[in-house]
Amino acid sequence: MIGELGQLALCFALALSLVMAVSGLMGARAHASAARKVATSSTLGFLVFVVLSFGTLTYAFVVSDFSIIDVASNSHTLKPLVYKISGVWGNHEGSMLLWVLVLALYAGLVAVLQRGGERLTSAALGVQGLLAFAFLLFILFTSNPFLRLDPAPFEGAGLKPLLQDPGLAMHPPMLYAGYVGLSASFSYAAAAMMVGEEGWARAARPFMLIAWIALTSGIALGSWWAYYELGWGGFWAWDPVENASLMPWLIATALLHSALATEKSGAFRTWTLLLAIAGFSMSLIGTFLVRSGVLSSVHAFASDPTRGFFIMMLIALAIGGALALFAWRAPKLQGGAAFASVSRESALLLNNVFLVASCACVFVGTLYPLVLDALNRTKISVGPPYYVLTFAPIFFALLLLVPFGPKLGWKRGDLKTAWRSLVPALGLAAIAAVAVLAIASPRSLAATGAFAVAGWLIGASILDIRKRRGARASAFAAALAHAGLGISLMGVTGTTVWRSESLTVVAPGQKMTVGPYALRFDGVTREKGPNYIADRGHFALMDGDKVKAMLQPEHRFYPAEGEDMNDTAIHTTGWRDLYLALGDDRGGGRFAIRAYVSPLAPLIWLGGLVMALGGILSLWGRLRVKEPEKAPAAPAVALAAE
Amino acid sequence: MKGVFVALLALFSLLAMPRPSHAQPADTSAGETFSNPNLEARARHLQRQLRCLVCPGESVDESASPFSADIRHLVRQQIAAGQSDQQIEDFLVARYGDSILMKPPVVPDTWLLWLAPFLVLGTGGIVAWLVIKKAAAREA
Repeated sequence: MIGELGQLALCFALALSLVMAVSGLMGARAHASAARKVATSSTLGFLVFVVLSFGTLTYAFVVSDFSIIDVASNSHTLKPLVYKISGVWGNHEGSMLLWVLVLALYAGLVAVLQRGGERLTSAALGVQGLLAFAFLLFILFTSNPFLRLDPAPFEGAGLKPLLQDPGLAMHPPMLYAGYVGLSASFSYAAAAMMVGEEGWARAARPFMLIAWIALTSGIALGSWWAYYELGWGGFWAWDPVENASLMPWLIATALLHSALATEKSGAFRTWTLLLAIAGFSMSLIGTFLVRSGVLSSVHAFASDPTRGFFIMMLIALAIGGALALFAWRAPKLQGGAAFASVSRESALLLNNVFLVASCACVFVGTLYPLVLDALNRTKISVGPPYYVLTFAPIFFALLLLVPFGPKLGWKRGDLKTAWRSLVPALGLAAIAAVAVLAIASPRSLAATGAFAVAGWLIGASILDIRKRRGARASAFAAALAHAGLGISLMGVTGTTVWRSESLTVVAPGQKMTVGPYALRFDGVTREKGPNYIADRGHFALMDGDKVKAMLQPEHRFYPAEGEDMNDTAIHTTGWRDLYLALGDDRGGGRFAIRAYVSPLAPLIWLGGLVMALGGILSLWGRLRVKEPEKAPAAPAVALAAE
Repeated sequence: MKGVFVALLALFSLLAMPRPSHAQPADTSAGETFSNPNLEARARHLQRQLRCLVCPGESVDESASPFSADIRHLVRQQIAAGQSDQQIEDFLVARYGDSILMKPPVVPDTWLLWLAPFLVLGTGGIVAWLVIKKAAAREA
């Protein structure tokens, strides 16, 4: 019964999304307030039914209703409750339903907040409705999570042990909140082109910010998860799935900067529209890459192309439609702002050039092997060395330029004044470089340069915060976000350059040293978890003769899934991680143990957190100030207010 | 202002970097290791440049798959036999194809791959320069 209820709710949602699309687009006309009312209420109705449908599926997972195929093939009665719930999005069908749920939540937010003119909001809801309609069709026809299984099995097949982790419970919803959040900017941009309203960037800003915050946190969370879960101490592998989340982030970052210029001085109007389209396009392409199976093998994709083909059509329609609208309407928007060659506007434009080039690099690196393979040319792999040679220099150059932006005035800036005010940051950069040369070994030119840039970024941010004490939240937010970049850079450099590792076999009672740490192995015990059996290693971290801490890495076996998993143990001082992974049983109580010392590793995610905090601060500043939204905010007015 | 820098300097000097411990116990049975640290470093470096062909996104160095274990064994055998890094890579490419290399080769098929990021950067730079010139003309 419960499955049919979910399915029915999904069908109602489909119908309502169509109502949303039609009435929303009709409401874009001047005298159609009735249509606008319908658009708002159908959006809320659509949201209710999607929530109902998602709730139903979650319920089916919680009570282990194995008469539903999706539950039977992805769940197990012995799984802890939290993983029963996270199992809802740990599979293709459920994750697509989560995708639509997030889309519905954003649509609901657009309808409730009614930012921008009512025609603009209505048209934006119309576009959200079109997207929702397409994705619901996709779910119902190719990925229905409510299909039944008869007879129902006694037990489910379980969830991949790798996914049974708190990090994974949080990671996909966070990432989707970012991915799909870019649909709001996309819809607003498309709506702005239909209605011809120029204040759209201001109206859409909170949605851009929410999406960016979620993407930043989602990527950081994913990288942290990979770090402690995969057992190799790595944090980023340039894997296509990771790249799929990085591309929207790079474009969303560019969009945030470009939209700022559009809002403040009316510059780059068409370019900002294009970025809003590109950002969501990257989300769609990422979804296609991850969901179509094209990554595992182009040929596997070709043998069962239903899903991939459907998403491909969807992408073509969404991107093609938006670009056609752009080609038709954008020339009319061309304002042509005036600003000096040295100005905040120029700096933001330069920022965009570098961010788009970085994104192009990730895009080409991810798709090139697939295209070559599809054309039956050589098979190649594009791994970290490619990105070190292409992405790294481009992004590094961007980081060098970051501190200048906030120092230059709108319309006209002065490079000399900017340089002079940045001297203390240069000093900090020099100190950082000297400190690295003096303290760290092995000496590394790359690390010295990276630390200088980190010092430069953080120093400039401190200057910004000090100078503008009590000033607007937005300046403070930008400084935080830029400082976060510097913090992450230190973490990435420290871990990459100075990580040390050792691989040893230890017997119970034996002592071992890893870098500056002394460890005593106290043997391995057999433990029983809720749905796994574990070999738990006991390692005492020694401080002289005293035990400072116990580290307990585990090697788990999940009988339901028939898979092994490592659960690492990490001891962190905040500056340095000691990372242990338990290896094979070598007999006689002896075990192989892999240990890493990763200096500054925690800074990688601390930086991400600081960046996200910057975003949150900016969002708070935006929502706190009640802005004059009903009147279409002319750029000139915004400038005067500034 | 000065206080900030003193604090940051103190902060940086706190980051006592660990010196990597090269002095590992010579021959542990936990996988093969060279007792000569130079050879070991070479082997590890090579292993990181090779992709595990049966597991998505992992290098031979990281992967726990039997395939990677074989390749690691092969790499070490060849190093022990006195082959150069280039010879070992060539041997593996002849056997498994270009896709075993993490770094794509520079051949006509991959020119676009290597050039695209810089083409976009260059084009973007030129366009930005034109836009800024136009805006500056309007401003003046």
